[in-house]
Amino acid sequence: MDTIQVALAERAAEQQRHHGKALFFWVWGALLVMTAVEVILTYQNMQPGKMLTILLGLSFVKAALIIGYFMHLKYEVSRMKWLTMCSVVACLILMTIFFFPDAFRILYLGVK
Amino acid sequence: MADSAVHDIPSVYEPSLFGTYSKKIGMWLFLLSDSLTFGALLYAYSYGRISTAGWPTPFHSESIVNATIMTAFLLTSSLTMVLAVRASVHGDAKGQRLWLLATMLCGTGFIILHGREWSNLIAEGLTLPMFPKVPGHEAASEFANVSKVVPQFGATFFTLTGMHMLHVTLGVIYLGVVALRRTFIPVLLGLWLVAWLATPAYSPFHYGAHVLLIAAIVCGTILWLKPKVYDSSDVEVAGLYWHFVDLVWMFIFPLVYLMSAKIL
Repeated sequence: MDTIQVALAERAAEQQRHHGKALFFWVWGALLVMTAVEVILTYQNMQPGKMLTILLGLSFVKAALIIGYFMHLKYEVSRMKWLTMCSVVACLILMTIFFFPDAFRILYLGVK
Repeated sequence: MADSAVHDIPSVYEPSLFGTYSKKIGMWLFLLSDSLTFGALLYAYSYGRISTAGWPTPFHSESIVNATIMTAFLLTSSLTMVLAVRASVHGDAKGQRLWLLATMLCGTGFIILHGREWSNLIAEGLTLPMFPKVPGHEAASEFANVSKVVPQFGATFFTLTGMHMLHVTLGVIYLGVVALRRTFIPVLLGLWLVAWLATPAYSPFHYGAHVLLIAAIVCGTILWLKPKVYDSSDVEVAGLYWHFVDLVWMFIFPLVYLMSAKIL
C-alpha cells in the first residue's frame, strides 16, 4: 500500500482499538437468542404469512447487528453508510416490485 | 508555500471519498454485488414458492436441529473473526492467528454439517437430474415425490444452499491463506485428497472437492508471485467477507429451512 492507504488503514485500525470485547459478545449473544426465538416460533403453528413477517423482521435485525457491529459499518463515515446501504436496498426493492406481483399472478391465474 | 505547511497536515494525505483505504472499499463493492447475486437467488426461491401450489415442507426436526447448529457455528465464527481483527489491530500476531484458525474451524464445521445434510437428502430421494443416482438405494417415497412433483424445490434449494456453501468454502480458504500463508497450500492439497478419496463417486462432493485443488493452484500462484505478510487491514478485509457469508445465512436459514419445516 502507498502512504495514503497506510494512513487510512492506520486510522481505521485506531478507530477499532477502542471497541471493547464485551460489546462483540453481547451482539453474538443477541444473535443466538434471536435464532433460538426463530426456531421456537417455527413450531407454534402460526399462519405462514404472519410467521414469515416475524422471521424476516428478526432476520433484518440480525443483519443490521452483523453489518453495524461485526462489519463495523456503524463506525464508518456517513457517506459510506448511506451509499452502500441505499444502493443495495434500492436494488432489492426493484426486484420486489418486478417479481412478486408476477408470482402472485401465476398462483391465482395460472400459467397461460 | 506548500499546502501542507499552511494546513499543517502531511502532504501525502488525501482523504478518500469514503474515508477509508481502497482495499476495504473494493471489498465492500464486491460484497454489494454479491448481495445482489444472493438476493436474486432468494427471490427465485421465493418466486417459486409463491407461484407453485403444493410447495413441500419436507424438513423434519432433525434437519431443523442440524441447520440450527450450523447457524450457531456461523455466528460463533463471526465472533471469533471479529476477535481476530481486534487482535490484529492490537498487534497481537499470535492471537490473530489463533482466532483466525478458530474461525476456520467453525466454518469447516458448518461445511461438514451442511455436506452431511445434503448427502442425507440426496440419499432420501431429494435430488437433481444432474446428480448421479445412489446405487442400491431405494429413495424414500416422500422425497422422491417432491423431486418429481415440485422439481423447483430441489433446483432452488440446491442452487441457493450450494452457492452459499461454495462461499463458505472459499472463505475458509481465504482465511487460511491470511493466517498461514504458504504453509496453508500443502494443507489445502491434503484436504482436497481427503475430500476426494473419502467421498463416494456418486456424491456431488466427490467432484465438488476439486474446488480445493483449483483454489490451491490459484492461491499457490498468487503467493509465489507476490509473497507478503498480511497486516491488520488484510485481516479486516477478510473479516468483511466472512461476516457477509454469515449475514446471507441469516436469510437462508428462516426462508429455506424454517418456512419449510414439517410440523407434525
